[in-house]
Amino acid sequence: MRSDDTGLLAREPGETSYLTEGTTLRSWLLSTDHKRIAILYAISITGFFFIGGAAATMIRLELFTPQGDFTTADEYNRLFTLHGVIMVWFFLVPSIPATLGNFLLPLMVGAKDVAFPRLNLMSWYLYIIAGIFTLAALLLGGVDTGWTFYTPLSTLYSNSYVLLAAFGIFVVGFSSIATGINFIATVHLLRTKGMTWMRLPLFAWAMYATSLVMVLATPVLAMAMLLICAERLLGLPIFDPRAGGDPVLFQHIFWFYSHPAVYIMILPAMGVVSEIIACEARRRVFGYQFMVYAMLVIAVIGFLVWGHHMFVAGQSPFASMIFSFLSFVIAVPSAIKVFNWTGTLYRGSIRFSAPMLYALGFVGLFTLGGLTGLFLASIPVDVHLSDTYFVVAHFHYIMVGGAVSAFFGGLHFWWPKITGRMYSESFARFAAITLFFGFNFTFFPQFILGYLGMPRRYHEYPPEFQVWNVMSSTGAVVLAIGYLMPLGYFAYSLLNGKRASDNPWEATGLEWTTSSPPPKHNFLEPPVVLTEPYAYHDWDEAPGGADETRQDEPA
Amino acid sequence: MLPEASTLAPAVDRIFWGLVALSVVIMAIVGGLILTFAIKYRRGTKANRGPLPDIMSREVEIGWTVATLFVALFIFWWAAAAQLPHFLLPKKALEIHVVAKQWMWKVQHPEGVREIDALHVPVGVPVKLEMTSQDVIHSFGVPAFRIKQDVLPGRYTSTWFEAKEVGDYHLFCTEYCGTDHARMTGTITVMEPEAYARWLAEQPHGEDLAGEGAQLFTALGCSACHGAQARVPAPSLANLYGSQVVLADGNRVTADEDYLRESIERPEAKVTAGYQSTMPSYQGVASEEQVVALVAYIKSQDGKRSQAR
Repeated sequence: MRSDDTGLLAREPGETSYLTEGTTLRSWLLSTDHKRIAILYAISITGFFFIGGAAATMIRLELFTPQGDFTTADEYNRLFTLHGVIMVWFFLVPSIPATLGNFLLPLMVGAKDVAFPRLNLMSWYLYIIAGIFTLAALLLGGVDTGWTFYTPLSTLYSNSYVLLAAFGIFVVGFSSIATGINFIATVHLLRTKGMTWMRLPLFAWAMYATSLVMVLATPVLAMAMLLICAERLLGLPIFDPRAGGDPVLFQHIFWFYSHPAVYIMILPAMGVVSEIIACEARRRVFGYQFMVYAMLVIAVIGFLVWGHHMFVAGQSPFASMIFSFLSFVIAVPSAIKVFNWTGTLYRGSIRFSAPMLYALGFVGLFTLGGLTGLFLASIPVDVHLSDTYFVVAHFHYIMVGGAVSAFFGGLHFWWPKITGRMYSESFARFAAITLFFGFNFTFFPQFILGYLGMPRRYHEYPPEFQVWNVMSSTGAVVLAIGYLMPLGYFAYSLLNGKRASDNPWEATGLEWTTSSPPPKHNFLEPPVVLTEPYAYHDWDEAPGGADETRQDEPA
Repeated sequence: MLPEASTLAPAVDRIFWGLVALSVVIMAIVGGLILTFAIKYRRGTKANRGPLPDIMSREVEIGWTVATLFVALFIFWWAAAAQLPHFLLPKKALEIHVVAKQWMWKVQHPEGVREIDALHVPVGVPVKLEMTSQDVIHSFGVPAFRIKQDVLPGRYTSTWFEAKEVGDYHLFCTEYCGTDHARMTGTITVMEPEAYARWLAEQPHGEDLAGEGAQLFTALGCSACHGAQARVPAPSLANLYGSQVVLADGNRVTADEDYLRESIERPEAKVTAGYQSTMPSYQGVASEEQVVALVAYIKSQDGKRSQAR
């Protein structure tokens, strides 16, 4: 390591990485390298995260007092719509797949790139175009329908920029579909020699399962958005009850996408956490095959539970019963994952690095989020809790406590690989702990508020709810500070961070066998896989059973 | 703590607190195991880190999978069984009509008394709410009663409760409905039956709902075709409510609130067999409350029901 090395792009002479292959803006904006596209995504997604976060902060400020004196009713409605739309479609859905997934999937399967590199670049442009539409709608005039766009409010009554926002969401869907198709093809076609299905890292499996859901569910969202546009623009009476339309139809179509979308957010998180826990506990993932099957089962059953969003919407009791039943069934594979992560720690050698703190935090928060899901799957309890803060708390535990924690964990875990730099471990641990406490402080009181009956999307509320709201808003301030911290130490790491070795965590996995940051085509020689994915011990390394015979087959 | 002010509330709370207990147990198991392993197996301790015993890999895993499935199915059964009685609306109930609109609740008692953003009900009497919306989807939620039901435009939904404690309770609109969603709240006042009767008597009385409907029936010109002396061929409305109607296309429908309402607003949608579709649409002619009154009038034209009165 040289003493004068400062700045991201300073490298040993003659050494090239994907970061130094061309330094012009053009070489980035027209790059088909999956790693550069991942960076483009990461930068834009971070922008959206902080826009959505700013809206969340203002929402919590408004709720400090019962009479709502910080914003007007309309401003508040536009704020929570902005928060929801940005966070769901422009942050959570693409977060892990488009950044970590794009960067790591080809590396993990030992490929030079994804199967369709130009499609990959196109998907980023679609994302940006969609983002411009939606941001224009949300920032210029605002939309006041909530991120769920329920009809006929959104089609007949809202005087806001619904069309522009809906069109943006329509376009961003194509970006997810393109990413999904790319990942499926990559996993099927580009696995390197010896990378059998049962040797695929769990993160790659997670990307695969997520992609299936993306490709199958997203077109339904596109349909829902098109129908909204058709009714608003052309006056087609699709959801208008006065002309024979069905206002509840929209909810069916919408949740047919949006419930599986929860798994688009959480399956990648499960993949990230599996990688981190195995590495930092230095154990083979407990029950690897069960973990794989659990993800696939979640991806499939995730399509069959949407009706649990509509127990009070006037759907038939029999339909409600069936959706309730299926919602309980999907708890089983989720529980398997939690037990298996816990089991992976058994007899491990655990290092409490920043990524591990995020991963352990994820397990706890996801478990609580999942358990509160059982409340909402139970019809009589759901009738009481639906559309209250209990629901808000529940899905924030899954999406923020779960998906965002895992995203941050993954970002820390693979940061040295992506940038070639180390970050300050102590600052990172401090941020992880701050986020964990800030998160619980923000969202746990909302479970209580929900049980007491406070409805969501209220800019003012009866005074007896204030004490819990003040708690929650105070926690949100801590949370906001926690999210700002990584900006600081990551920026410092880019400029002055210590050089990362190829494999700073001594992890298994092909991505750690190439240099940090990787060269343009990932590997100098196509790698060959001889062991199972998490061979952290001698006894894991012997290629066993059926896999052994496949070793000698011609490629 | 939230009062259990309806007969339904204790059952809901039993399941709620049961789930809380289950969650605490599972969080304790998961959290306890993670903490124990984190301490015992932190890097640098002299714990056994050899291969897992064989029993860990299959039996334990299958065991907890089956146990989870069993617990999930048990809760499903428990919650579903508790819900079943609530699906059945009580036969003898005080029937109250609710019309929601941005951003208020309009309530009509059977005797014709109207309220806005308030509902007075007697304690210990099942109350059935027949609800519809004039514009967007709203939701009628009363946390103290543990009830909630979306109120849809162009369709009737219903729910019921039996209050068991006198007092004032929050009524919230719980489905986001636009600008003043947070202000679409009201108070439900549960009174002793005598106090309720006194209160009802003190209110300015309009015609009762069916009576109001009868007046509208003439005023809006319905009687010209559907009335007893009408010469235009139109289906009779006597004993219509609850009966099976054969349609021109051969299908059958039950003449419920939704069907009656649809036939008033869009008569061409379901034409009765043997009749021409000549009736004009009353959409926009009759207001939401007037439609409610007309439906109440048609419902009262039921031989058996009239005798029971």
